[in-house]
Amino acid sequence: MDILTQQLINGLVLGSIYALVALGYTMVYGILELINFAHGEVTMFGAMICLAVIGAFAGSGADMHGAIIVLFGLLAAIAVCVGLGFVIERVAYRPLRRAPRLAALITAIGVSIVLQNLAMLIWGKQYISFPPLLPLVRYEFGGAVITNLQIFIMILSCLLMAGLLLLIKRTRLGRAMRATAQAQDIAGLMGINVNTIISLTFIIGAALAAIAGVMVSAYYGLAHYYMGFMLGLKAFTAAVLGGIGNIAGAMLGGLLLGVIESLGAGYIGTLTGGFLGSHYQDVFAFFVLILVLVIRPSGLLGERVVERA
Amino acid sequence: MDGPRMTKWAVWAFTIALSLSACGQKEEAATGTTTGEVTVRIGQVSPLTGPQAHLGKDNDNGARLALDEINATGVTLGGKKVKFVLVSEDDQADPRIATIVADKLIDRRVAGVIGHLNSGTSIPASKRYHEAGIPQISPSATAIAYTAQGFNTTYRVMTNDLQQGRVLGEYAVKKLGTQRIAIIDDRTAYGQGLADEVEKAAKAAGGTIVAREFTTDRSTDFLAILTSIKARKPDLVFYGGMDAQGAPMVKQLHSLGIKAKFLGGDGVQTFEFLKLAAVDAEGVTASSPGLPLDSMPGGKEFREKFTAKYGVIQNYAPYAYDAAMTLVEAMKKADSAEPAKYLAELPRIQRAGVTGPIGFDERGDIRGGAITLYQVKNGKWEVLETVMGGAGQK
Repeated sequence: MDILTQQLINGLVLGSIYALVALGYTMVYGILELINFAHGEVTMFGAMICLAVIGAFAGSGADMHGAIIVLFGLLAAIAVCVGLGFVIERVAYRPLRRAPRLAALITAIGVSIVLQNLAMLIWGKQYISFPPLLPLVRYEFGGAVITNLQIFIMILSCLLMAGLLLLIKRTRLGRAMRATAQAQDIAGLMGINVNTIISLTFIIGAALAAIAGVMVSAYYGLAHYYMGFMLGLKAFTAAVLGGIGNIAGAMLGGLLLGVIESLGAGYIGTLTGGFLGSHYQDVFAFFVLILVLVIRPSGLLGERVVERA
Repeated sequence: MDGPRMTKWAVWAFTIALSLSACGQKEEAATGTTTGEVTVRIGQVSPLTGPQAHLGKDNDNGARLALDEINATGVTLGGKKVKFVLVSEDDQADPRIATIVADKLIDRRVAGVIGHLNSGTSIPASKRYHEAGIPQISPSATAIAYTAQGFNTTYRVMTNDLQQGRVLGEYAVKKLGTQRIAIIDDRTAYGQGLADEVEKAAKAAGGTIVAREFTTDRSTDFLAILTSIKARKPDLVFYGGMDAQGAPMVKQLHSLGIKAKFLGGDGVQTFEFLKLAAVDAEGVTASSPGLPLDSMPGGKEFREKFTAKYGVIQNYAPYAYDAAMTLVEAMKKADSAEPAKYLAELPRIQRAGVTGPIGFDERGDIRGGAITLYQVKNGKWEVLETVMGGAGQK
C-alpha cells in the first residue's frame, strides 16, 4: 500500500508539471487551432535561463539564501520566456495566420528546432546541473516519502492553475480571450484587439512554461538543451487526453498522464511477468494518446467540434 | 506570404547552399594534393550531441591530440610524408545512426576508425567496417559481443564487460557486504551486457537479485522504478548505464529515502557524474576498466598535455589517444596506410601506451586488462583498489 501511495505521489508531482506545460498548448490551440510545437522548447529555455542566472549569482560569490537566488532565477526565466513567447508569435506565426494550417504547423516544428539549436550553441551540449541551493526535507507518512520540493511543486501548480481559471472565467481579459477563441473576426468587430489577445495568450503560456521548466530542472537536478522535446510531447499528449482547447481538460490530462506513467512504469514488470520492462515508461504516454484518439478523439473534457479543415 | 516572394527566397537559399557546398569540395581537394604530402584520413565516431556529448567530445579530443602529435613529429609512409586528418562524426549514441555514419566514413576512404564510443553503436558499425576491410579500434566499447563476431578488423583498447561485471558482482557481495541486490540497466548493449554479468557474478558469490528494472539512455525520471525497488528492500542498487542517468538516479534514490548503496560501471565513473550528482555522489562506488589515470605509465604526462589543450578529462580520452597511436603504429610497421596492408600488423602490435601495454589477443581484445574500483569521497573519485585480470575470455 505504501508503494502505491508513493507511486501516486510521484505521478501527481510529474503530472502537475505536465499540466502546466499542457496549458500552453491548449490555450494556443483554443485560440488559433495551432499546435505550438515550440512550446516544449520555451520550457527548456526557462530552465536554462534560471540555471544561467543561478550560475552567475554563484560566480559573484554573493551571500544570499538559496531560495532567494532561485527566485531571481525564476523571475529572469519568466521574463525571458515571456519575451520569447511574444517574439515567436510575432515572427513565426502571425505572418502565417491566414495560411493553410499545415504551413503554421511546419513552422512550429521549425521554430522548435531553431530554439533547440540556439540553446545548444549558447549553453553547450552537456547536462547542466541544478546546484543544491534548496535544502531537501523529507516527510514520511505511512511508508511513503514526500519532499518539500514535491509539495512546493504541487501547491504552486495548483495555485497557478486556479489563477488561470479565474483569469479566464472571471475577468474582462478572460472574456476577450474566450470571445477570440470562438470567433476571431466577430471578436474583432466587438472591439477586441485580436492581435493583443493572441500575443497575451502566448505570453501567459510562456510564463507558465518558464515556471514548469524551472520546476523540472530543480526536481531532477539537471537541464539540457533537448529536455523540452520529450516534455513538450508528453504535455501535448496530456492536452489531447484532456481535450485540446479545454483549460480544465489540460489540467486533468496532465495529472492523469503523470499518474498513468508512474503506475505503469512501477507495475508493468510484475503485471506482464517481466515480458515488458519499466523502460516502456514513455510508451504509456503515447499509448494513451492513441487510445484517446481512437475512442474519444475530442478528449475527456473536450466538446465535439465540427471538422473545419 | 505571396508566391513570387517565396520563389525568390527559395532561389536565394538554393544558390547559397550550392556555393557553400562548392567551397567545401574545393577545400577537400586542396588537402589531398598541394604540398606533395599525402593526406590520410582517420575516422573518429562518438556521440557529439545529446546526453553523452561530453564523453564523445572527450574521445574526439583524445584522438585529435594523438594525431596532432604525430603530425608534429612527422611520419613517412612508403617514402612519402603523411599528414593525418581526423574526420570526426557524430553517431548520437544511436545504433541506427552509427551504421549511416560508418558508411559515410567508408565513402570518404578513411584508413582506419577510432570508435565508436558506445558498445551499442560499435557493434552494428563494426560489420560495415569489416565488409570494407577498414580496421576499427574502439577506445571504450566494452560489450563482450563487440569482439565476439569473428571480425579481423575489430579491436579495442579497453577491458571488456565480462571481466568488469565479474569484478563488480563479486565486489558488491564480498567487499561491500551487500546481499540484496537490485539491478537497473538502460537496455543498451553496454548497460544490459554489464548488468547481466554483474547479476551472474553476484549470484555466484552468494548474493540475491531482488529486482531487475530497466530504463532508457534518455530518461531522467526513475522515481517509479526506484519506488518499486524500494518495496524489495535492497541494500545495493547497481546501475548499468551512463552518468547522465546515473546522477539523477542516485539523487532520486536518496530523495525516496532508500538507504541502499549505489554501484555503477565505467559509464558512471566520470567527472560529469560528480558534477551532476553533487552531494548525492558521496559514497557511490564505480569501476572502470584499466588503471587509474595517475597509475598509467604515461598518465601524468597525458593529463598535463590534455588539460592544457582541452580542459578536464572526462573518462575515455587516454584510450582514444592510445587507439589513434596504435593505428598509426601499425601503419608505420607496414610502411603503408592501406588498410589491406597494415591490418596484418595489428594482431602483432606490442607497444607501451599511456593507458598501459597495448597488445591484442586473437579476438581483438586487449591482453591483460585491469579493472579499478573507485569511490566518491569528499566530492572526488578515490581509488579503492585495482584488480588485475586475464584477457577476460569466456
